[in-house]
Amino acid sequence: MAVSVLAQEQLRLDAGPVDYVLLALYFAFVLGIGYLARRSVSTSLDFFLSGRALPAWVTGLAFVAANLGAIEIIGMSANGAEYGMPTMHYFWVGAVPAMLFLGIVMMPFYYGSKVRSVPEFMLRRFGKPAHLVNGISFAVAQVLIAGVNLYLLASIVNVLLGWPLWLSVLVAAAIVLSYTALGGLSAAIYNEVLQFFVIVAALLPLTLAGLHKVGGWHGLVDKVSASPGGPEQLSAWPATELTGFTNSFLSVLGVVFGLGFVLAFGYWTTNFVEVQRAMASKSMSAAQRTPIIGAFPKLLIPFIVVIPGMVAGVAVQDLVAYKATGQGAVDYNDAILLLMRDLLPNGILGVALAGLLASFMAGMAANLSSFNTVFTYDIWQAYVVRDRPDDYYLRMGRWVTVGATVLAVGTAFIAAGYENLMDYLQQLFSFFNAPLFATFILGMFWKRMTPTAGWVGLVLGTASAITVYGLAESEVLHLPGQGASFVGAGVAFVVDIVLSVVVSLVTRPKPEEELVGLVYSLTPKANLQASTSGEDAGWYRKPGLLAGIVLVITIVLNIVFG
Amino acid sequence: MATEISPRKRTAGAFDIRLIIAALFSIYGIVLTVMGATGGAAETVKSAGLNINLYSGIGMLVFAALFALWVRLRPIVVETETSGAAADD
Repeated sequence: MAVSVLAQEQLRLDAGPVDYVLLALYFAFVLGIGYLARRSVSTSLDFFLSGRALPAWVTGLAFVAANLGAIEIIGMSANGAEYGMPTMHYFWVGAVPAMLFLGIVMMPFYYGSKVRSVPEFMLRRFGKPAHLVNGISFAVAQVLIAGVNLYLLASIVNVLLGWPLWLSVLVAAAIVLSYTALGGLSAAIYNEVLQFFVIVAALLPLTLAGLHKVGGWHGLVDKVSASPGGPEQLSAWPATELTGFTNSFLSVLGVVFGLGFVLAFGYWTTNFVEVQRAMASKSMSAAQRTPIIGAFPKLLIPFIVVIPGMVAGVAVQDLVAYKATGQGAVDYNDAILLLMRDLLPNGILGVALAGLLASFMAGMAANLSSFNTVFTYDIWQAYVVRDRPDDYYLRMGRWVTVGATVLAVGTAFIAAGYENLMDYLQQLFSFFNAPLFATFILGMFWKRMTPTAGWVGLVLGTASAITVYGLAESEVLHLPGQGASFVGAGVAFVVDIVLSVVVSLVTRPKPEEELVGLVYSLTPKANLQASTSGEDAGWYRKPGLLAGIVLVITIVLNIVFG
Repeated sequence: MATEISPRKRTAGAFDIRLIIAALFSIYGIVLTVMGATGGAAETVKSAGLNINLYSGIGMLVFAALFALWVRLRPIVVETETSGAAADD
């Protein structure tokens, strides 16, 4: 993120005593939730998966909030200011279809097999080598990404309020640590639900005030049309500016397959940070509904993230100048902060600050709570210290959270020194997902796929993505804009599928009786079906019907704003 | 804290997140409504004449009231003998 030293003067917010009180009140609630959640933790399953007892609306909102972090809000409003409406694709094409797929197709295997983590599914389906590859790469990625999130959080506090960076890092880490270590996943999830509403309470008034300022929707349309971006920034398709492809057809193809299929499905269906929220719900039906319920707010969030970005692009003087000349002390990443500075009076400014910090902490808490589960269950319990009583692993989980936070603080300080390095790392981690999705989907539907194919596909798929990325970075391959990550993920997906098929044909598959519940053709239909009685009764609790409604809304939105 | 309203609930969740959300937003709503109503014209200069504090405050109070109503109409079902139906595997 480009919060340069130069920009600090422009971005400093006029926070008054009331704003600090409202902010402090929010943090009191956050810690209070951690303390209260602690009372419900008595086993390791309570700590790591909330005892599998949460209702679907709670896990559904947490599912969305865990992803509504710094990168999402700052990055997507920046894209809104720079590209306009095509940014909507990151939500409508790049998230919602994958979330529905996770709920309808994949969740029955995850929840039905009662695994406690995504790597544990790997263990049951493909055995130890694939499990270790997945578990360790996930754990390492989470600690480093938690550090990046922490650094982003601290740098925002530093810029907005003028606190020194090291103090912001330590305070933020202490707050996140205290509620995740106390209350485990329940505390993280309940806080994510609260965060979700506080983020909306911060962004909705900002959007409305912004629209009021530019003269309503028509005012925005007129101003954007007249801006350097031109009228094509008002329609989502074909997004040539976003993809970097000049041909409209290729651009649409790039959005649908690159963003919508390979990248999005890889991220949303295999990332344990997200899937963990669904695993914590109280029944198969609730688990399936988690990502589907999450899809409703996901459809609407861009209106309070992308639109303020677009407003900032035409209404904030510093940013208008930057958009026209490409020069100045601010850049697109500052869009939402500049709009807050210009529009919000004291009072609501405090709520907006709470919302921003809430969003940044949500990211880090989600990283920590998924890391401690994978580390404790998939690495420590599986390979290091086995067969201890449950309370050993519960205690262990708390200490792992402490250790991970310390590591994240270290990473945050490294990130402060080498900002570019962190960008690269994050890009690299995004490549783990595409081959993971290929391995999962093949493994769930093809019983012949062997344990060896499981880990070979993963390792070489990831390696091929890294190779493509390296070639693009060193200018050997010329790929525009987002092209490098679309192509890299696509190559990884294809390499993984091809190698898995080839290796499977020459190695021995697992015996069929060990694959019941893990592979579609070997699992009794009843095991994959959600119950429709008791707390799961009623048409509005049917996962399929809900997913259909989401799909219809998505199509309508694409037509209206296309 | 606001959850002390229902200390006798013994559920898997042990406390109702909806009440906590309603509590935070009623405090926010009261503070913002008062600021918006008493701030005068100086408050609305930044936002081009729109009294954001007042409208947001009222919006938050309505939201908090709806959540409180939801808790009232659909309280958490208490399962006293098992601490969580799904945890018995």
